[in-house]
Amino acid sequence: MTLFRRLFLAAVVAGVLSGTAASVVQQVTTVPLILEAERYETVPAPVAAPAATAEHAQSPAGHVHAAPAPAEEVTAAEAFQRVGLTVVANLLVGVAYGLLLAGTMLLVGAPVDARRGLVWGIGGFVAFALAPAVGLPPELPGMGGAELEARQAWWIAAALCAAGGLLALGFAKNRFVIAVGVVLAALPHVIGAPHPESPEGVVPPEMAARFAVLSIGVAALFWAALGSACGALMQRVVEARR
Amino acid sequence: MLNTAVRSSSSSAFQTVAAAFGAMLLGAFILFGVGFAQPQTIHDAAHDGRHSFAFPCH
Repeated sequence: MTLFRRLFLAAVVAGVLSGTAASVVQQVTTVPLILEAERYETVPAPVAAPAATAEHAQSPAGHVHAAPAPAEEVTAAEAFQRVGLTVVANLLVGVAYGLLLAGTMLLVGAPVDARRGLVWGIGGFVAFALAPAVGLPPELPGMGGAELEARQAWWIAAALCAAGGLLALGFAKNRFVIAVGVVLAALPHVIGAPHPESPEGVVPPEMAARFAVLSIGVAALFWAALGSACGALMQRVVEARR
Repeated sequence: MLNTAVRSSSSSAFQTVAAAFGAMLLGAFILFGVGFAQPQTIHDAAHDGRHSFAFPCH
């Protein structure tokens, strides 16, 4: 199982590096907006995710956005814990995507290095950030949406279909397989992402738009770092198997 | 001789596929836990990360 160990090590190192980079950038881009959005979320109804949806459903469409609630007092320990948990979550996301990316690199078997890894990273960004975001833009707390399970299912389908399509485009030799890949990538978007019948978010649209762009930007940075690191660390592992 | 070479190359191919699928499976499992699992404690801990990475959160 030395091969798995080498693969695992490469994925973990690449994931920790890119997860750390994403954590730093998030703290000055997306996280401040999340904290600000939570102040809007507390205005119309007490925060309780499932109950809040029912509450919003009764509010008339086109309502005026309420002013945000004053920022809640948080102790330094609470703030520290929140940042710490977010960093842990980011590192785990990095390791998870790293394992998926490194595993796919090994399975495909094409030569990789840091520069080719960057192209893999761009592919990961398109599949796991851009493709799902086209149907389900990154959400702030307090934004309305269709049922969670439906959105999660569509998100996963959009990401996997895009990944399959990109791999077919990049590596398939058979034209039929390439055509199937392109159709597969388009399919979730032809079906369409689940959306509520009327928008019911409490967050100002300008803030939501800024968040969506920042979130996609951070994802691009994260995937570029993960792809390059994975490519560099997987170079020897893939070479040894060719 | 030939037989051994064939056997060792096919067992090496099997190892490659097994390691790759093992890694991908583990990655998918971790990703599901951080990005999608709904138990309240997991959701709260991963909350800001989920929003930042644009996973559907709540």
